[in-house]
Amino acid sequence: MAKTSLDRKFDQIKKREEEKSFSIKKRSRIVSKFLNNRLAVFGLIIFTIIILASLFAPLLSPYDPMRVDLRSMRQAPSFDHWFGTDSTGRDVFTRVLFGGRVSIFIGLGSAILSAVVGIAVGCYAGYKGGWIDVIALRVSEIFMSFPQIILVLLLVSITGQSLFNLMAIFILTGWGGMYRLARARMLSLREEEYVQALRSFGLSTFTICYKHMLPNALSPIMVNITLSTAMFILTEAGLSFLGLGVPLNIPTWGNILNVAQDILILQNYWWMWGPVGLVISVFVLCVNFIGDGLRDSTDPSQQG
Amino acid sequence: MKKEILKLRDVKVYFPVKAGVFNRTVGHVMAVDGVDLDIYRGEVLGLAGESGCGKTTLGKAILRLVEPTNGEVTYVSKEEDETELTSLEKKDMDPFRKKLQIVFQDPHSSLNPSFTIFGSLQDPLKKFGVNSKEERRKIIGDLLEAVNMRREYMDRYPHEFSGGQRQRIGIVRALCLDPELIVCDEAVSALDVSIQAQVLQLLMQLKKDNNLTYLFITHDLSVTEYLCDRIAVMYLGRIVELCDSEDLYKNTLHPYSEALISAIPVADLDKKTKRIVLEGDVPSPVNPPKGCPFHPRCPKAKDICKTEVPTLKKYSTNGNEHYASCHLIDLPEIS
Ligand SMILES: Nc1ncnc2c1ncn2[C@@H]1O[C@H](COP(=O)(O)OP(=O)(O)OP(=O)(O)O)[C@@H](O)[C@H]1O
Ligand code: SF4
Ligand SMILES: [Mg+2]
Repeated sequence: MAKTSLDRKFDQIKKREEEKSFSIKKRSRIVSKFLNNRLAVFGLIIFTIIILASLFAPLLSPYDPMRVDLRSMRQAPSFDHWFGTDSTGRDVFTRVLFGGRVSIFIGLGSAILSAVVGIAVGCYAGYKGGWIDVIALRVSEIFMSFPQIILVLLLVSITGQSLFNLMAIFILTGWGGMYRLARARMLSLREEEYVQALRSFGLSTFTICYKHMLPNALSPIMVNITLSTAMFILTEAGLSFLGLGVPLNIPTWGNILNVAQDILILQNYWWMWGPVGLVISVFVLCVNFIGDGLRDSTDPSQQG
Repeated sequence: MKKEILKLRDVKVYFPVKAGVFNRTVGHVMAVDGVDLDIYRGEVLGLAGESGCGKTTLGKAILRLVEPTNGEVTYVSKEEDETELTSLEKKDMDPFRKKLQIVFQDPHSSLNPSFTIFGSLQDPLKKFGVNSKEERRKIIGDLLEAVNMRREYMDRYPHEFSGGQRQRIGIVRALCLDPELIVCDEAVSALDVSIQAQVLQLLMQLKKDNNLTYLFITHDLSVTEYLCDRIAVMYLGRIVELCDSEDLYKNTLHPYSEALISAIPVADLDKKTKRIVLEGDVPSPVNPPKGCPFHPRCPKAKDICKTEVPTLKKYSTNGNEHYASCHLIDLPEIS
């Protein structure tokens, strides 16, 4: 068969397409943008170190965080006790490591679980619209307008203090923000033509919104997860400091800080509250750096 | 004898306009306002008109991507069984979704950036019973080759392709279930002129190979002349003229079509046509003008145009059916 001019044109185009290198992948572009952000990389390194140190706490410290040792009360930092000991002779460094486990678990766990709830509701309601969306929006407004501290007091007085009650409260007050974010992304994505094309095949709502649309809504949600992790850790510290958070017998960063309520300790024994306060600040700062780095590297309007 | 594939009867699509604290409906955008149209098997029917006149909405209403407020869309199968689509339950639509497909306007939002081409095209195939992965890869690969792309491209992400390539992938998607009618919604207008011509030729080739019917939406009447068998001209949600494409250019009946045609740039310098400049903007489809919707901009408007709505009447030009809706046509009406 003779080649028409059209065939020849397409051959040319094909050749050009093949020559062009397609090596730069989108995913690696995000990673390399993130790695170029010094603060974010710094944050990620410290973040990893703190998490690993808490996870492997038993290997790093010979002490038991709960064991009272009356022979070594209120000792200043030394080679044996890096951060000194507290009023009942427990090693503060060990307690900070073990406290990190619980605090990070609460922060990250609450953030992820509230994201799961928020995304599940937000994606469906945002895509479907209609009365489901109106109801979900109103419910989220109710939860978000409820003062967290009152909710904590209420739940603590009803069910007593516990780690899971605290997380439940964080999720109840936190899912609304995630929901709104997911919903807003879905509202703009559902007008995209690829979504219309999927609908024209009659695919189910679940396949369209959770499988095909959700991946395109994830990056702002990831950023939000990091930022709310930081916020939840701070809130936990604040509530535990007031004695409203996790029961005092479980070491958390907030509970360790709790001793600073005593003016005597605040004035004379800086090592009981200083190092843990610093760890909280550094950790939260690092998480925020990571969040900012993620936001900058996934924001399409900043992509070169 | 021409056989219909799709019959539209009095199709209307109104979008509610909400305002105020209580989100009350204060009016309607009459995006499509009573369209009667037959599409014949194997033809290319052009649908032309200015931006915002409701072309996309009509195309989407056919596929039920927007629900028509009123009217009937009837699909006629090869065996001449008729099915009214708008009254079907969502799940009963499936057999017809295979037959009716759409190619979109914007190559940038028409592909999912998070999936490879194969990843985003395989779900429809799965849904319609192509269960083995090998087979799905084969179907998509074959179609990619049919649009002059390489099979291996199915494992690439959309951002790796140019606009023309994306548009061809959009065509692959529309073709993957072996449809009968494809709505091409300005399928080439976002592309470079040189690439436009190639994609158009490709579309025509595919039509021949697969016995397709096209509803070819465009705002550019210079493209339609060579491509379309018939052309419908739309204004403010209604069809104002419908005829064979040659007649539209040679025996224009409606003043609006005349104005659109006069706006086509001509290469031939000797053939000077006077360009009719339409004054003002397209009126809002929320409150269309009384009488003939075109009268505020019509150079020929008379008093009757302000009060009476012209209906689409059948005439004959050149021995062919020719529909137009204007009070001032002095041809004998055919019943
Ligand atoms: N989902 C919607 N909600 C409300 N109004 C809409 C919606 N979709 C379209 N419209 C309105 O309906 C009218 C027709 O829109 P449509 O997209 O069908 O026009 P079009 O002829 O395709 O224009 P273009 O050439 O710009 O694509 C416009 O006034 C538009 O604003
Ligand atoms: S009916 Fe009157 S206003 Fe309408 S197109 Fe004809 S001449 Fe113009
Ligand atoms: Mg359009």
